[in-house]
This record gives sequence, structure tokens and C-alpha cells, in this order.
Amino acid sequence: MSEDRWSARDTTPSAIEAALRDLLARRYRAGRPFVPARVMNLVVIVERAFRGEVENRLARVGRYHPSRLILCAVEHGRRTLDAVATVAAPPGEPRAGELAVGRERVEIDMGPAHLGRLDTIVDALVVPDLTTMVWAPHGHDDGVEALRRLANIVLIDSQDLPDPAAAFARAEDLTRSAYVVDLAWLRSTPWRERVAATFDPPPLRRSLGEIDRVGVRHREDSAAAGALFCGWLASRLGWRPESLDRRGARLHGHSRARRHQVTIDLEAVELGAPGLAGVTIEMASGAAVTLERGPGGLRAQRRDPDGSERRWTVLGASRGEGGILGEGVRQALLRDPTYAPALRAARVMLA
Amino acid sequence: MAVRTREEAAENPLVEGLERLPVPPTSLVIFGVSGDLARRKLLPALYNLAHEGALPERFNLLGVSRRQLSDDDFRAQARRSIEEFSRREPDPPVLEELLSHMQYLAIPFDDTEGYGRLARCLGRLDEEAGLPLNRAYYLSTAPEFFPVIVENLKSADLHRHDAAEVRAIIEKPFGTDLPSSRALQAVVSSVFREHQVFRIDHYLGKETVQNVMALRFANMLFEPVWNRNYIDHIQITAAEDLGIGSRAGYYDQAGALRDLVQNHMLQLVALTCMEPPASFEADKVRDEKVKVFTAIRPPTPEDVLVNTVRAQYTGGTSGGGEVVGYLEEEGVPAGSHTETYAALKLEVNNWRWAGVPIFLRTGKRLTRKVTEIALLFKPVPHQAFQTSGSVGVQPNTIVLSVQPNEGVTVTLDAKIPGPRMRIRPVNMEFLYGSAFMSQSPEAYERLILDAMRGDATLFTRNDEVDAQWSIIDSILGAWHARDGDGPLPSYPAGSAGPPEADELLGPGREWRKL
Repeated sequence: MSEDRWSARDTTPSAIEAALRDLLARRYRAGRPFVPARVMNLVVIVERAFRGEVENRLARVGRYHPSRLILCAVEHGRRTLDAVATVAAPPGEPRAGELAVGRERVEIDMGPAHLGRLDTIVDALVVPDLTTMVWAPHGHDDGVEALRRLANIVLIDSQDLPDPAAAFARAEDLTRSAYVVDLAWLRSTPWRERVAATFDPPPLRRSLGEIDRVGVRHREDSAAAGALFCGWLASRLGWRPESLDRRGARLHGHSRARRHQVTIDLEAVELGAPGLAGVTIEMASGAAVTLERGPGGLRAQRRDPDGSERRWTVLGASRGEGGILGEGVRQALLRDPTYAPALRAARVMLA
Repeated sequence: MAVRTREEAAENPLVEGLERLPVPPTSLVIFGVSGDLARRKLLPALYNLAHEGALPERFNLLGVSRRQLSDDDFRAQARRSIEEFSRREPDPPVLEELLSHMQYLAIPFDDTEGYGRLARCLGRLDEEAGLPLNRAYYLSTAPEFFPVIVENLKSADLHRHDAAEVRAIIEKPFGTDLPSSRALQAVVSSVFREHQVFRIDHYLGKETVQNVMALRFANMLFEPVWNRNYIDHIQITAAEDLGIGSRAGYYDQAGALRDLVQNHMLQLVALTCMEPPASFEADKVRDEKVKVFTAIRPPTPEDVLVNTVRAQYTGGTSGGGEVVGYLEEEGVPAGSHTETYAALKLEVNNWRWAGVPIFLRTGKRLTRKVTEIALLFKPVPHQAFQTSGSVGVQPNTIVLSVQPNEGVTVTLDAKIPGPRMRIRPVNMEFLYGSAFMSQSPEAYERLILDAMRGDATLFTRNDEVDAQWSIIDSILGAWHARDGDGPLPSYPAGSAGPPEADELLGPGREWRKL
């Protein structure tokens, strides 16, 4: 990566913005131009002491980088703004037919007192007319609140809070002013896709109305992904969700389908990575479909009403946590109309 | 499949909001699986679909070819192809799983008994799955085997299924002229219904080609001026800097007109000139494309004389090195009249485009590789600005770049900074690479998936192919009638083409710089 850098202590947003423009102009003057990427602004608010962890996550995002990253590192006791701005392009000359696409990054060290008026700092630094996404993986709700008028999208992870019900309440509040991309929701995406595919052949579609039990196994910290999965089924299939009861490591309860009751079980299990470990959907006929995490894809098992069983693998690579975050950045440019209804149903289940 | 029941017609409520739509369980049979296309494109495309979880939940690949290979040998070959040509580093567990879904059958394409083995194999896969799997036959063989395979599929009763969809994906070229295309179509339509047939033109799978429709029909900005009132002419270019390489056998039979104009470039003409479809359903889009083709009057021999140019490259300099001319290339017959360059002028005779010439040019060994659609606007009716001391006001252009740069450029006229009102053109660019920063999927990934889903929007329909050949056949006929007139015009390798092509444009117009 060829990188140009500017830094200043006790600086101002307008000085940082001027520095970014100057870095670009200097690059052109030096005959090392690139095309500035123009995808989205990503504003990340982090605890300064833990910013390395967040930077590592961003480094593993893969293909879906934001084009301008504004990293707000909050340090207790700090009263001034220190900033580093960089513009970077891939190393070497681009190959024939390829563009050198440059990314911009601003790191600002700030104090907690700055968070309440963070919009007045960030507003000068975002590229106008580009979508702006805000992510605060270490909390900092006051910073997010201050950025509400600027944020088109808020990236959250409902499993960051120990209480998923509180996380869902916060998510629902955010949906009132911005589009919410929830990493916990994205962890359930392959499962939702596969369940949709399983029931897609027309003869199997009618059995959606016969589902009488949904069992979801998840890592202990990923109850939010499990509840969102169940909320998705409930909202898509027209079930009326009801509150689940805690029974040890399980949450158990029901949703009301049109003519019958659907049992819902969420169970925490041992799992190396965050997210879901398995899903079982049972029908009144005795048929059942089970998906379990496995190498190279999901292990699928179907039990027919006569008790006969079949097993196969549904191909797909694990995206890993870096891939999930990358997917979150990419999803910011799309719109999923099913998240909000699933979230509302999941809130009821965890109420 | 026969009549759909109410349950079958009902929507799947779980699909809403998902980016990846479910693909029905499918057994994909690739005929010609040991060929170059399968090795370089199809198998890597299948891997990438598997990696992304986009393949059907129940998926099998049956590779069919004439060579004797064991399943293990085939899997080893497939692994090498994927490792060498996949756009992403293969994930070992996914690759292993995908390979375990692959089987191989050695079947000479005219061996009736072999199709019986194929039928038994497909039946066994249905039994293992516990449900009838859709069947997609991908014909990736030499074109002479297309009718042979299609007829043998019928003989083995593999062309239909009472409980599953059966589809035939047919690679290009679909015929080598109008009669052969119609003959092939006669065989295909005696076995399959049109909705079962997916004719590949891989250009249509390219993101930038699909973006032509997005640009036109999702933006209020362009459509009002996208007509004869504002556009002076259109130039569509598909230039290559490379020669024919080791493809003399194929290329000398085909030539530039068949290789690129009949399929890819005419598709670009259709996408550029079509009316907005009522919806983006396959047949609605294809209806509009066919209207464009049928509005292009096939040229008479006299038209061909004045409205087309063909040429061959001679020795020259390309990429800093000396290269031989077409007639000196290995495998090219002496005195060949095959064109390596073709330029033509077409007109779409309808209300929107009457009087707007559309110039197409394609060639090997040109200055550089570029595929683009350029719309060149008429000049402003009155120039109030001074012209001395500057380039002055130039007509606007919209350039849709297909490859290698992917994007859209609009040239505008702007004031040169300074005390005088001097004007020069400037570019306003949209670049895929900077606006999305993500790798586009390979065209074949999209096309294979669409074919398995039964979405024919990006495939050419029978009447499109027929109309395309009707245009091209009249040119080929007129050209071949003059083959005895002596050598073709020529252009040095590494140049922008023959001077005759410049005359095609007429006064006041010139080809865009390559």
C-alpha cells in the first residue's frame, strides 16, 4: 500500500478536511495519482485503548471496504483533538485495464466530552452525497445519538450487549431514524437462505403451514442471532410471537400460527465462532429438516413422515467474523425489508 | 412440468428480502467437460457459486466427455482447473465437498447406449436425493455435436421429466449462418420447448452490459435525449490487441463478423437501442431486443459495398514487439479471405432512431483492447462562445465502457479558467471500481445460476438469433461473392484499423480514438 500521511495535534475538523484535499493534490503533483473510491463514509467510534482490535476487524473486511473511514478514538481525560489523515492506494503501478483506487482514512483522538457534539466534528469530514454509516462497537451511545442526523445507516451487533432484549430495544429505536445493519442478523443469513431454499420446491412450500416446532442452537453469546432467526420465521409466516421462558441454557415458548401452536426452543451450545450452530424445523406430519454447521457447508438432514432419513451437505464457505463485518459494510448499500419485522417479533419473544 | 397447482404457484414467503434467491435442486450435466471452456470458466464458476453458498441445496455435476476417465481422474482435473482459474483462492473444505458432488461419464456424443447410462445415473441421483432433481444439460462441445446431443437426449427420453424441469444450455455459436442456425433450431425445437432453451452469449452476463439497461431505464437524465433528436451517431467498438493465437482453425472459419458482431456486438446494439420494456421479465426484455433487430434492414449487396469494410492485419508492431500478419499466422491457409477486422454501418429504422447511423467495428491486433458503446450527440444549434484560442464547444458524448475499464463517461464542455470565455471538453466519469470496490462475479457464474433458476432474461431467444443471422448473412453473402476480387484491404498490426473504415463514417465524423 503506498500511503501519504498528515498529522496534527490540537487540530480542528476544517484543518483535517483541508489536509485530505491537500494530500490528494500532492499525490497528483507527484505523478502518483489514483481515483478516490466513492462508496461510503464509515464513522467508527471506539475506545482508544481497544482500537487495535477494531482495526484488526476492519483489516479482515475483505473486498467491501468503506471508501472514507473516520475513526473516532475516545480517550478519557482528553480535551483536544489530535488527528492523522492518510490516503492510500495499492502498491505499484496498476495492471493494464485496472484502476488504482485510493482510500482515505482519518483517525481522531478525542475525549468523552466531544461525543455529545460529534456531529460538528464529523460533518466536515464526510464526503457529501455519499452514504454515511456509523458503527460504535464499544457502546458510546451518546456519540451515535449525536450523529443521528448524519447517519443514513447504523451498524450494530445485537450480541454486543449481554442482554439481547436491551439490544433489540436499542435496535428498534435506531430503525426510526436510520437503516440498521445488524451483524447478529447477518450471522443468521446463510441459515435463512437455506431454510428458504429447503421449502422452495412447490411440494414442500405447503408444509410451511405445518411447522410445529423450531429449535435453534447457538453459541452462548449469540442468542440474539437465534432470536432474530425465530423472529424472521414468525414474521414471514404470520405467527403471533409470545414471550419465551428461560430454562437453564434454553429459552422455551410458543408462537401462535393460524390454526396451531408452534414450539420455539433456543438453546446455547458450545461453538468456536459466534452465531448459530444448528436449526431444526419440525412439521406436524413428523417430517423434519435439520441444518448443522460443518466443514465446507451446512450438514443437512431431512426426516420424512415415514421416518426415513437423508443427509447431505449444502455447499458454502464460512465467512468468518471478518466476512460478517464486510457483509455488514456491503449490506449498507442494500435494503432488507425483513429485518425490522423480524426484530419486532424477536423483541416480543425475549420480552 | 405440466400445469402448476395452486400450491406450486404460491409465493415462497421466506424468499422476501434474501439477496440470493433459492435455486431449485439440480443435476447439471456438462457435455464437453474436458474442453477449454469448462476448464477455464465453467468449473471455476461452479466453485465460486459453491463458495458463496449460491448453488442449489441439492446439487450434482455430471461431467460428460468422450475421453475415458475415472471419477477420481475427473475430480483431479477439476481441482486443477479450479485452483488455476478461480477468481478466488479455493477454500479446501468447500472444494473437497464440491468435488465429492462431481461424477464423470465417458460417452461418445453419438453413442445412444451412453445416454442410457446417463439416464440411469440421473435417476440414481434423484433417488439419493429423495426428490426429482431438475436437469440442466450444458452443451459446451464443438458446435457440430449440438444437434447430435440434443437428439440423443430425446432418444433416451432425457428431454422431459414429469416432476422436474429440464433445461438445455447451449454455448455459442448457434449456427454459422442463417441456414445452419435454422437447421440447428429445427432440431432443438423438435426436442425442447423454447422456455427450456438457454442460448449463451456470455457478454450478457457481464455486469457492465447489464448496466446499459440500468443506466438507460433507471435514470431520468439520459432517456429524454436518447434518440434521433439529440444523437448524431453511435459507435460500438470491440477491439483486441491480440492476434488469433493458436485458434487459426476456428478463426479462419469464423472471421470477425461471426466471432463478435453476430452475437456480442448486435446484443450491444439491441441494449442501446431498445425501448424500455414494461418489466424486466425475460420475454418482455427479449421482445424489445427483437424489435430492434427486425428494424435493422438486412443490407443488399449494394449496401454492403458502401456500408461495410473488411480487412486483415499485416505484420507490424504490437505491444513493443514485431508480430506477423494474419496470413503468416500458423494454421492460416494461404490466400485466406477471412476478415480479422470488420466495420459496418447499420440503421435502426424506427421512430426513435431513423437517420441515426450506428457504426460497429471490431478487429484483432488493433492498438489496444477496448469494448465500448459511444453515443455522440449533435452539436448545439448556436455557438455563442468564441472559438479562437481553444478547442471550442464540442458535441457531448456518452461512453459506456464494457472492458477493460468498466464505467460511464460523459463529456461536457466547460470554461477554461482564465479571463476569457474559452471552452474545452471535460470528462465526468463513473467508474465501477471506485464506486463499488467489489469484484464483479464472472459472467458465467451469473449465467449458470440464472439457467438453473429458469430465468432467461440474459439468454438469447430463437427469434433474436434468427434476426441476428438475417443481418449478418446478407453481409457474408455479399463479401463471399467478391472473394475472387483479390486480397482484402489490410491494416498493420498495432494500428487503429484500415483507412477504408474511416471513409465509412462520412464527412464530419471520425472514429473515436482506441
